[in-house]
Amino acid sequence: MALSRAEAARIAELARLHVPEAELDRVAAQLSQVLDFAAALNELQLGDEPLTAFAPADAPLRIDGPDGRTLDAEIATANAPEAEAGFFLVPPVVEDLEP
Amino acid sequence: MTAVETWRRSARSVAEEVRAGRITAEAAAEAGFEIPAARWERDVHAILSTDRSARAHAAAEAPKQAVLSGVPVLLKDNLCTVDHPTTCGSRILGEWRSPYDATVVARLRQAGAVVVGKGNMDEFAMGSSTEFSAFGPTRNPYDLARVPGGSSGGPAAAVAYGLVPLALGSDTGGSVRQPAAFCGVLGLKPTYGRLSRYGLVAFGSSLDQVGIFARHVGDVADAYRVLAHRDPFDASMREGGAPDVSTWDAGVKGLRFGWPANLWREGVDQAIVEALERAAGWLERAGAQRVPFEFLPGTFAVATYYLLATAEASSNLARFDGVRYGFRARSDELGSLYAHSRGEGFGPEVRRRILLGTYALSAGYHDEYYLKAQRARTRIVREYAAAFARCDVMLLPATPSLAFKLGEKTDDPLAMYLSDVFTIGANLAGIPGLSVPMGLAASGLPSAVQLLGPADSEPRLLQAARALEAEGRSDKIPRGYEREFAWPGK
Repeated sequence: MALSRAEAARIAELARLHVPEAELDRVAAQLSQVLDFAAALNELQLGDEPLTAFAPADAPLRIDGPDGRTLDAEIATANAPEAEAGFFLVPPVVEDLEP
Repeated sequence: MTAVETWRRSARSVAEEVRAGRITAEAAAEAGFEIPAARWERDVHAILSTDRSARAHAAAEAPKQAVLSGVPVLLKDNLCTVDHPTTCGSRILGEWRSPYDATVVARLRQAGAVVVGKGNMDEFAMGSSTEFSAFGPTRNPYDLARVPGGSSGGPAAAVAYGLVPLALGSDTGGSVRQPAAFCGVLGLKPTYGRLSRYGLVAFGSSLDQVGIFARHVGDVADAYRVLAHRDPFDASMREGGAPDVSTWDAGVKGLRFGWPANLWREGVDQAIVEALERAAGWLERAGAQRVPFEFLPGTFAVATYYLLATAEASSNLARFDGVRYGFRARSDELGSLYAHSRGEGFGPEVRRRILLGTYALSAGYHDEYYLKAQRARTRIVREYAAAFARCDVMLLPATPSLAFKLGEKTDDPLAMYLSDVFTIGANLAGIPGLSVPMGLAASGLPSAVQLLGPADSEPRLLQAARALEAEGRSDKIPRGYEREFAWPGK
């Protein structure tokens, strides 16, 4: 199936991934090529196959409690592009907070 | 007998020398840097980060009476390490330093191994040639105009040229087995859930497995024995103990190997078809029995994979948002900060896969793509189960071609994806697979075959690989030099 330029732009928005205007057509064409290829799955006539449940049925459970491991806030924020006093800094999310 | 240079030795023999005190762990770790890296690394570019003082420190800390004492190991750069940056081959992580070691890395260190650095890879393990690394491609040591495969191309090339006898990669759709085949080394993708993934940066969580590169079957077995243990920090691990691989040299008498010849009737290089025939002949001579049957073509697995793996990646890679790690684009609005940090921080293939996965999961298309692929995966799992009711392991190509040229597939995503046509099925079914080198083709490039088996069949895969190793070696290497490996040509 051919993906339109507008659909490609919409997917980029959903993925929070900026795609420059000039690249949208190319992206749409490349995604369309892979989706066309994926249409081969129709040949398998999969109607009633169950969905794969890939987690092992006997997946181990651990006790849902603290295990004594901690990550210090200074270490956790050490790799951040902007951090202050153990907090990640981001642009204002809520505006007009005048009391 | 002439002393074999340390860098040419197997991991097993390096550890023996270190345990006996005949060589220090530091000298063992440096051996690969002194001769082979000085000769090859500038051209091949297998390493993303290393430094001498970190190596010396790691060597000093390593236990000296353990299975892998003094064995130098290169890690794919998506395995977290406290003493080296972890970049995932991406610009978006910057010089990110993990506050902890991945469990497999910690296990290697406890077993005496010396982490000497981090290996190049396609960005976030997405690619089959290592050309999608943000830090430049790795080249194949057998022919510098060709790719080493991917996404674990750096570790594969490093083992091939002699930097290290052992390396770890990750295999989501063939990223250990395909580069192993292109570089002429062994590459094991273990059973899903046998090696801990705590500290492996996630790509496709229902598919990812840490894998092992080595030049000797015994070394793969030793590394597997060290690494395959339960980890309370990875809830996707299999219950029960890992299979016992100490029988790796027990032979193949009575082994039934599947021979799905319909898979290579067309579209596979003649050199690989010849390698398959040779391998089958050797296995038969060693007492194994060939079981011919037809198998589902790998193109269905590729189609399934590129919907499921991308869907999982789009979710896993949502965490890279310019807030907590590395690269951030300038913006005074949060939504735009996310979009631009991701758009500029990720390379072309990662962007492509995130978009494809987002589409496969989006409202209106989820049933048509994601759910259909899940049903197809069930069918593929059943196909393997039916095959392994008739045989113990399957013999098939690892790749449809020998190593291809740089630039040949970078602008054709589908052609690149199809280079994984023989490896992807094992990830979808969660079963183990092993690439086994079969010597050099007439073109001078390594050729290889692949062995697949049902879950927990690692001992059988290693036994079959050992039979091939023993036969191949008797042709090429004089007796008494079993510990030496062939220097890449030219």
